[in-house]
Amino acid sequence: MATGTTNSQLEHLQSKYIGTGHADTNKFEWVVNQHRDSYASYVGHHNLVSYFAVAENESVARMKFNFVEKMIQPCGLPIVRDD
Amino acid sequence: MFLYNLTLQPPTGINQCIIGNFSGSKLQEICVSRGAGTTIEILRADQQTGKVTVVLSHHVFGLVRSLAPFRLTGGSKDYIVVGSDSGKITVLEYNPTKNILEKIHQETFGKSAVRRIVPGQYLAADPKGRAVMIAAVEKQKFVYILNRDSLARLTISSPLEAHKSFTLCYALVGVDVGFENPVFAALEVDYQESDQDPTGEAFENAEKVLTYYELDLGLNHVVRKWSEPVPASANHLIAIPGGTDGPSGVLVCSEGFITWYHQGFPAKRVTIPRRPPRRETGVEEDDAGKPRLIAASVVHRMRSSFFILAQTEDGDVFKVQVDYPPGAGGDIQGITAIRLKYFDTVPVATGLVLLKTGFLFVAAEFGNHVLYQIENLGDDDTEQTEYTSLDFPDPEEAEPDEISPVFFRPRALRNLVPVDEADSLAPLTDCKLMNLLPGEDTPQLYVTSGRGARASFRTLRHGIEVQEMAVSELPGNPNAVWTVKVDSRAEFDSYIIVSFTNATLVLSIGETVEEVTDTGFIGTSPTLAVTQLGDDALIQVYPQGIRHIRADRRVNEWKTPGGRHIVKAACNSRQVAIALSSGEIVYFELDAGGHLNEYGERREMPSGVSCLAVGEVEEGRVRSKFLAVGCLDQTIRVLALDPDNCLQPVSMQAVNAIPESLLIAATAENTAATNSSSTLYLHAGLQNGILLRTVLDPVTGQLSDTRMRFLGAKGVRLFAVKVQGQSAVLGLSSRPWLGYTWNDRARMVPLTYEMLEWGSSFSSEQCPEGIVAISANTLRILTVEKLGNTFNQHIVPLRYTPRKFMLHEPSNKFVVIESEHRALALDVLRKEAEEDMETEDGAENNEVEYPLPPEQFGVPKEDAGKWASAVRVIDPMKGETTSLVYLEENEAAFSVSSVTFYNDPTETYVCVGTARDVTLSPRTCSSGFIRMYKLDVDGKLQLMHVTPVDDVPHAMCPFQGRLLVGVGRILRIYDLGKKKLLRKCENKQIPTCIINLHTQGDRIVIGDLQESTFYASYRRQDNRIIVFADDTTNRYTTCTTMVDYDTVVGGDKFGNFWVARLPSDVSQDLDDDPTGNKLVFEKGFLQGAAYKLQRVCEYFVGDTLTSITKTALVPGGREILVYTSMLGSIGIFVPFQSKEDVDFFQNLEFHLRNELPPICGRDHLAYRGSFIPAKGVIDGDLCEQFSLLPWEKRTQIAEELDRTVPEVMKKLEDIRVRGAF
Repeated sequence: MATGTTNSQLEHLQSKYIGTGHADTNKFEWVVNQHRDSYASYVGHHNLVSYFAVAENESVARMKFNFVEKMIQPCGLPIVRDD
Repeated sequence: MFLYNLTLQPPTGINQCIIGNFSGSKLQEICVSRGAGTTIEILRADQQTGKVTVVLSHHVFGLVRSLAPFRLTGGSKDYIVVGSDSGKITVLEYNPTKNILEKIHQETFGKSAVRRIVPGQYLAADPKGRAVMIAAVEKQKFVYILNRDSLARLTISSPLEAHKSFTLCYALVGVDVGFENPVFAALEVDYQESDQDPTGEAFENAEKVLTYYELDLGLNHVVRKWSEPVPASANHLIAIPGGTDGPSGVLVCSEGFITWYHQGFPAKRVTIPRRPPRRETGVEEDDAGKPRLIAASVVHRMRSSFFILAQTEDGDVFKVQVDYPPGAGGDIQGITAIRLKYFDTVPVATGLVLLKTGFLFVAAEFGNHVLYQIENLGDDDTEQTEYTSLDFPDPEEAEPDEISPVFFRPRALRNLVPVDEADSLAPLTDCKLMNLLPGEDTPQLYVTSGRGARASFRTLRHGIEVQEMAVSELPGNPNAVWTVKVDSRAEFDSYIIVSFTNATLVLSIGETVEEVTDTGFIGTSPTLAVTQLGDDALIQVYPQGIRHIRADRRVNEWKTPGGRHIVKAACNSRQVAIALSSGEIVYFELDAGGHLNEYGERREMPSGVSCLAVGEVEEGRVRSKFLAVGCLDQTIRVLALDPDNCLQPVSMQAVNAIPESLLIAATAENTAATNSSSTLYLHAGLQNGILLRTVLDPVTGQLSDTRMRFLGAKGVRLFAVKVQGQSAVLGLSSRPWLGYTWNDRARMVPLTYEMLEWGSSFSSEQCPEGIVAISANTLRILTVEKLGNTFNQHIVPLRYTPRKFMLHEPSNKFVVIESEHRALALDVLRKEAEEDMETEDGAENNEVEYPLPPEQFGVPKEDAGKWASAVRVIDPMKGETTSLVYLEENEAAFSVSSVTFYNDPTETYVCVGTARDVTLSPRTCSSGFIRMYKLDVDGKLQLMHVTPVDDVPHAMCPFQGRLLVGVGRILRIYDLGKKKLLRKCENKQIPTCIINLHTQGDRIVIGDLQESTFYASYRRQDNRIIVFADDTTNRYTTCTTMVDYDTVVGGDKFGNFWVARLPSDVSQDLDDDPTGNKLVFEKGFLQGAAYKLQRVCEYFVGDTLTSITKTALVPGGREILVYTSMLGSIGIFVPFQSKEDVDFFQNLEFHLRNELPPICGRDHLAYRGSFIPAKGVIDGDLCEQFSLLPWEKRTQIAEELDRTVPEVMKKLEDIRVRGAF
């Protein structure tokens, strides 16, 4: 197996599927990706967004907006990479 | 263990709502997806009355996330484009003749399930009907070109990509550009830079942009045509009509503003007025005065103009109009102003829909959906200010925060009039099943539902609602009633004939109903049957004979032969059959000359006749072929009426009681056994309260496929009536029932009405489809609507969002706790009022109310961390509130229980777990409390004492004469003290937060917020609680129920249902161990408790479960599990009793998965295993779709199952009827 093809396959996956890890993925990136997935799932499941809307006493539209807004930076500022 | 899942009531909350001419006629239909998108429905609003009826309801076994109507250029029929969780785009067509949704196209573009980058969340159609765009929350967007082929069928292209990585999408619309290349507008944010920049500068500068995607039809590709920064809080887009109809472009709605953007033109902006701040000072601190987002909108196009209704999060609807200069030759150049004016306040909607007939349908996000009639367009409303964009600086001149806010005063409805409400239980927060009402044989469902001031406590009873049109007293107790037309061509009935024990009363139907005497009917004798005969004659059967009354009032009489009298009679428009007291049956038939001729022979029955029935004469026939005779020897015999074998027996059925009443009726049905559209049924009501429904072969008269149903504790009388254009069967036993076909399924549903003795169909100008019935000495005229409903509701309004409730058993009253986050509490309002008063004249006023009625305008909003809460006592018999205690000082209630202490066995206390200054994230509070109340005889709460605790008490339950409380993550046992509760025992092994508790014996089942359930045991000898078993899966538990000593069922936040069980050997070992050392000293396993629960069932219900109850739902039925979900669905799980049944249904389910794949393209098995692979549950909703298959497919499946189609249908009906209804 040529490493070249494996690499290019991996690159293809990484560009196609967001969140595909690589050797240098750090914990922060992983967690950020998890959070973005979760928020997207909340927006997509109407029962979940309604559940949160009732708990927070906000409108469903506001909850959806807040969730997508949080996807921009779900876990605060990115950490400095030490490389 | 295997369970059979059935939905009794599909979810009632709506997540998507669109309008179109889906049937292709002039009529507009509303298409909604319910719940989390698990059901698609077509609704129709009556053109005059506006009553909304459900035409079609289809279970999709998937989650519909977006819907769009799509009409090809020049077409007259709208298609439904569906974006779902299947990774496919689906185009559906509504077929009105078959009343089904047909799948036209289904194109796969990605993985299934709700994913971040798989499209389905947003859907937009080109207004001119050339293309659709489907987008994901992040990155991916696809455009499909739709067109028609030479046969005018819809075609779909391969997808064109418009992806952009690291880009989030907030909203998507199709821009109206006339017939230029289709353009789609999206609200986007690129997060790539802010992800790379640790200083946070890029995040601060991240821009939200409005992007135009142009589909170049010539080159067949999509380009990003234009991008424009918009306010950072933008969340919603509204497309403005374009081409020759308007200026095109989009309205971008952001917090407090609506801004018009279009490529090549300067933007225009108008402020959304805010509700006035509560107090004149300190606008900043006051949440009421904060800017609002637009939650929903609708564009209404008229012939030469258009307007927009946009609704804020508070429910305030604003009418938005756009002024533009008339362009030369239809070329409109930009706009001059946006005008905006307060319209009315309606419930906050997930979708607004405006019908051409002038109705506004508000699909409320929570609570009942409402249909309003637009009385006024609000142009003459001079009280409300109209704001225009000319009053505000343009977007490039001033930042949003530089513009000072404007305020408006909301008022009661002025322009809209509510005409109809569609019940919605969303959000359904808690449910209990019990039978508290006298005279009921089935348990009622008590549910708390709704949010804020629109919340309610509802009593649901199985059955459909009956409207009482008229009740009139009669001189005595009648024993029968009929209605009759004078002419077969007449549209409405002319007379009501009421028979008493010794007289007959004739009433004429007109403007009023009054007695008439000149009709030719004999009034001095009781009547056995009345009907309209031939074209214009009438017939009256009475014990001594038959009167044939011709149109010219000539009367022919047939007298009974000496000494005998008529006991029973059956007649239709051409035939009369009577049974004499001697047991003989005499048959008459109308001849061509209009004479009633007796058939030469009489037939003697072996025993006395208890009832007779003859079917209706079908169109174009001269007679009905069969006479059904119920005999006292517990048989039903069918006699032929054809001239060549008249009164010859053709078939017989033995039954288990004397038949009380018979009815032969044809039911329109998709059975197609004989390729006819209707099936002939012989309905038989027996004296023991059982209804039998048997198929009567229309040619041979053979009886087959008998279905049985218990209706009540009284002999069943049957009558043919009409509801909503279809023939139905009215069955009267100890309560009235109605049998009809709905959604291709035969239903037998009780009417929520008192006991009736006799009924007949009724039709007049005022009431075209009614029922006239008698009860004691009254005559009643009733109508039945909303045939699709399964439950009938009684409503007690609440003030705040109900959280939980419980029954206080000694007094049979419910205690409901209501708490609302971000809400203004009344005591805050009172304090403010007092302060204001003191500054003025020092007067005191303890009675405070919200300034605006909260039922319409909602409870005033406050910041996060502010709560309004109350404890309420409801008397379910009277359906009213007997006591209401508001909690003060930012305290909110979270749990409620009743407990009888060992120290004070005479009193059952109500304990309410509350907490002060609760914040949701992080989960904290300043202090928790357990409030103990006594409930006095008048149903008033009296506070005994308050015990402070250190966290929020989320769960409580009585335990061996003491109180078990989950305080945050700590489990404690409290005992009653004089001044407060006394802490007796404590356990800190639970990881997150205890949210429910169940006990049986010494065993305690603890539900944890994040980590499923724990089993604990209380050891009396050393006063310890020891957790000994836990679950192997983390589950975000919402509700659990202990179904037996070892088994727990539960539901989680994501919509999973599960059954977990402690292995019986473990359970036995622990209980048999005399030292108890096994409990204490057993080492933990896999960083958890020593023993693990076994998974028995796993199933994705599709909606967050809020309660599960084990109960029997029908009299004499088995115990089943009844669950309710967040968005208002009610369903059941029925345990299987035999292995054969499991095999049968598993096979049936397997075949249906192949033959009838879910309409939106989701794989059924994958859907039911969305989170955890499905196990041990058979999907009854899928099995019941068997009846939607074409006949050949059904035969084929039935053959593979070694059964016939009726046998399969019977099995499906049996399992349903045995468990529920």
